[in-house]
Amino acid sequence: MAKKFTNTRVLIGFIFRRDRIRLLLWILGIAIFAISIAALLPDLYPDKADKLVLAETMKNPAVTFMLGPSAGLNNYTDGAMMGHFMLVFTAMFAAIMSILLVTRHTREDEEDGRIEMIYSLPLGSLSNLTATLLTLLIANVLIFLLIGLGLYGLGIETMGLEGSLLFGASVGVVGIFYAALTGLFAQLASNVRTTLGLSFAFLIAEYIIRGSGDTGNQALSHLSPLGLITRSEVYVNNYWWPILLLLAISLLIYSFSLYLNSIRDLGAGFISTKPGKSQGSPYLSSPIGLALRLERTPIIAWALGIFILGSAYGSLLGDLEGFLSTSQLVQKMIPIVEGFSLTQSFVTMLITIISVIGTIPILMFVLKVNSEEKKDRISQLLATPVSRYSIIGSYTLIGLMAAFLIQLMSVLGLWLAASFTMEDVISFGTLLKAAIVNVPAMWIFVGVAVFLIGRFPKLTGLTWTYLICAFFIEYMGEFLKLPEWTTKLSPFSHVPSVPVDEVKVSTLLIILVIAFILIGIGFREYNRRDIE
Amino acid sequence: MSFIEMSKVRKNFGIVTALDGIDLKVNKGDIYGFIGPNGAGKTTAIRILLGIIKANSGESKIFGMDSWKDSVEIHKNLAYVPGDVNLWPNLTGGEVIDFFVKLRGKVNKKRRDELIERLGLDPSKKCRTYSKGNRQKVALIAAFASDVDLYILDEPTSGLDPLMEKIFQEYIMEIKEAGKSVLLSSHILSEVDELCNKVSIIKQGKIIESGSLDELTYLKRISITLQTRKPIEGFEKLKGVHDIKKRGDLLLFQVDQEEMNNVIKYISGYEVIKLESSPPTLEDLFMRHYKDDGGEA
Repeated sequence: MAKKFTNTRVLIGFIFRRDRIRLLLWILGIAIFAISIAALLPDLYPDKADKLVLAETMKNPAVTFMLGPSAGLNNYTDGAMMGHFMLVFTAMFAAIMSILLVTRHTREDEEDGRIEMIYSLPLGSLSNLTATLLTLLIANVLIFLLIGLGLYGLGIETMGLEGSLLFGASVGVVGIFYAALTGLFAQLASNVRTTLGLSFAFLIAEYIIRGSGDTGNQALSHLSPLGLITRSEVYVNNYWWPILLLLAISLLIYSFSLYLNSIRDLGAGFISTKPGKSQGSPYLSSPIGLALRLERTPIIAWALGIFILGSAYGSLLGDLEGFLSTSQLVQKMIPIVEGFSLTQSFVTMLITIISVIGTIPILMFVLKVNSEEKKDRISQLLATPVSRYSIIGSYTLIGLMAAFLIQLMSVLGLWLAASFTMEDVISFGTLLKAAIVNVPAMWIFVGVAVFLIGRFPKLTGLTWTYLICAFFIEYMGEFLKLPEWTTKLSPFSHVPSVPVDEVKVSTLLIILVIAFILIGIGFREYNRRDIE
Repeated sequence: MSFIEMSKVRKNFGIVTALDGIDLKVNKGDIYGFIGPNGAGKTTAIRILLGIIKANSGESKIFGMDSWKDSVEIHKNLAYVPGDVNLWPNLTGGEVIDFFVKLRGKVNKKRRDELIERLGLDPSKKCRTYSKGNRQKVALIAAFASDVDLYILDEPTSGLDPLMEKIFQEYIMEIKEAGKSVLLSSHILSEVDELCNKVSIIKQGKIIESGSLDELTYLKRISITLQTRKPIEGFEKLKGVHDIKKRGDLLLFQVDQEEMNNVIKYISGYEVIKLESSPPTLEDLFMRHYKDDGGEA
């Protein structure tokens, strides 16, 4: 048996050598992210009165859906706020790190034929999977220690050593869980695409299950690792059982994936792939036909996913109505606009959040042209009578049009679910209008992506940084009291809040013009530069 | 009319000079060999011809049109097989073949099916499951199934087995008979020797030799390994003999083709035990080129 693990330690060293920069960036990035926000908190809400008001607004079911429950609302200390705001998000970043890195070292190495070379060396047949998971275990333990000691090191009164360590452990254990889970999916699926697809679908599903559970049947949340870690009640009661439970589950999943790894052939999986068509369909005869064919599955999956997200938020609107009409404090806080219910004002905020999330697939669709180039598939296409404009134009067009599809699907989900739960249902037309005014802001991201692809193809990752910034500005800007100039950086902040605000056509036109100028420059530069 | 015309083409990647002013001329009906070792600049030159990258200076034309500006027009009448074929993992081989053929114009279904049959490809498999050789077959089928005047093939046989290579050569001959042109890059001299009527040899971004095969003096030297019962004397004074080396009883040297007869007459007086001759390899060629340059091999 031990033979099956021969040289695992050497492999771990090799993985650290290959990914030293990548691992460093992930580990430091996640730790610094959590610690720096914690450092901000005491100055944001210094008074007891501020905290009381905040705690009251945090009882909002929509907030619970986004962030998770808090056990500390009655005594909303800095520590309780930190545990409430940041735990689920930080943990999700650790999950994303684990998913990407485990896939990279298991299925991706296998698909690209690198594992074959590794296996020809005196290595155990289970060494690679084990080495990958142990590497991620080390990475997540480092995250645990850095966050735990870092938060404690801030010296904030209500962030004690045990709570800080528990916060770090909750983040780390989610990372460990997703490393094990992705390791399992890498055995089941026979290619990178399916492995990543399954892992991310699982993560998003867990988030929604946790949200629905936290705002409805509490037991449901226990099915989600993200829900479980919020039960550790960091900085309030400091329960350690969710950590132990998740570690035990991760170990089970790891054992099962070892078993699957030992009974399968190299390169094979358990989800069978059926043979495809031996002839191309008539639609597959132009660059846009190819782009649509390549993005077909992701487009359908994202449209469905956004629909589910929309309906999850929509199902909250009934509770929200009740909350907003009973909480006097909140009624005082949100400015009353003549002729609009509080719920309506809140809905526009929700739609902005969904629009930001909906920008993720749109960027993926556009940036696909860049990954195609990196995989050296564009040059073959360019050797046929196809212009560069038609190649980059196809992916740009898909991104631009997908913005409408995504907005339509989210509103459809929101409206359907809302019409079951709300007394005073908001009309579909109003919701759609509120969603469509966000499309120009989404197109700004298409513009930035196309500009970078054309001018700075190595820096396209910055588009994601920009979107993450916009996400935090929209999602947490108010809680974190970000200065006004930073909020202006997000194109979504400039979009009028329909139905409360008047639609200012001039503002929207300016956003559109900026988006199209960026796209125009990107196109021109793409047409001028060397293709890799 | 020249199908391909490159003159004084230079390309730098940062401070590295990939092409140092190369000239290349391929006429209608030529099967043109483009040979050189790995990293000599073959693929860079081809990418410039295809308008995928832009030359820093010099002129590059195909069918008399600028290969950067008029690439779309040029590509209607051209098929390309890259050295490293990268396909879309979730499309099948059949889908990729049809896609490329449709982009280039009319689909000749009979020819496509015949090619698939002869090269023995399963077109219903996803590309991610294909080996290197099978990916190369997909690209070759897509190229040969298109009715175009110029084929640019970058080391097209590097993943094929000898049987498939034979079939490949038959298709090249068919193209030749139809009066079309091929630019075939390779680092194997014998492959080019069998198929091509003209060659250019590239090394470190420079064309060091080009012309028809008969014209290339370097290609007309034959390597000989000789063993005789009586020791040979005065051999080095013979005309047309180069690079004489002694290895035990064996004598290794090279002979110019036109002096072959005299050399044979001379050595026959020394009781030949063993005589082996072999065509020049790319390696010999470069060694000689360096020596002529006064450089080090």
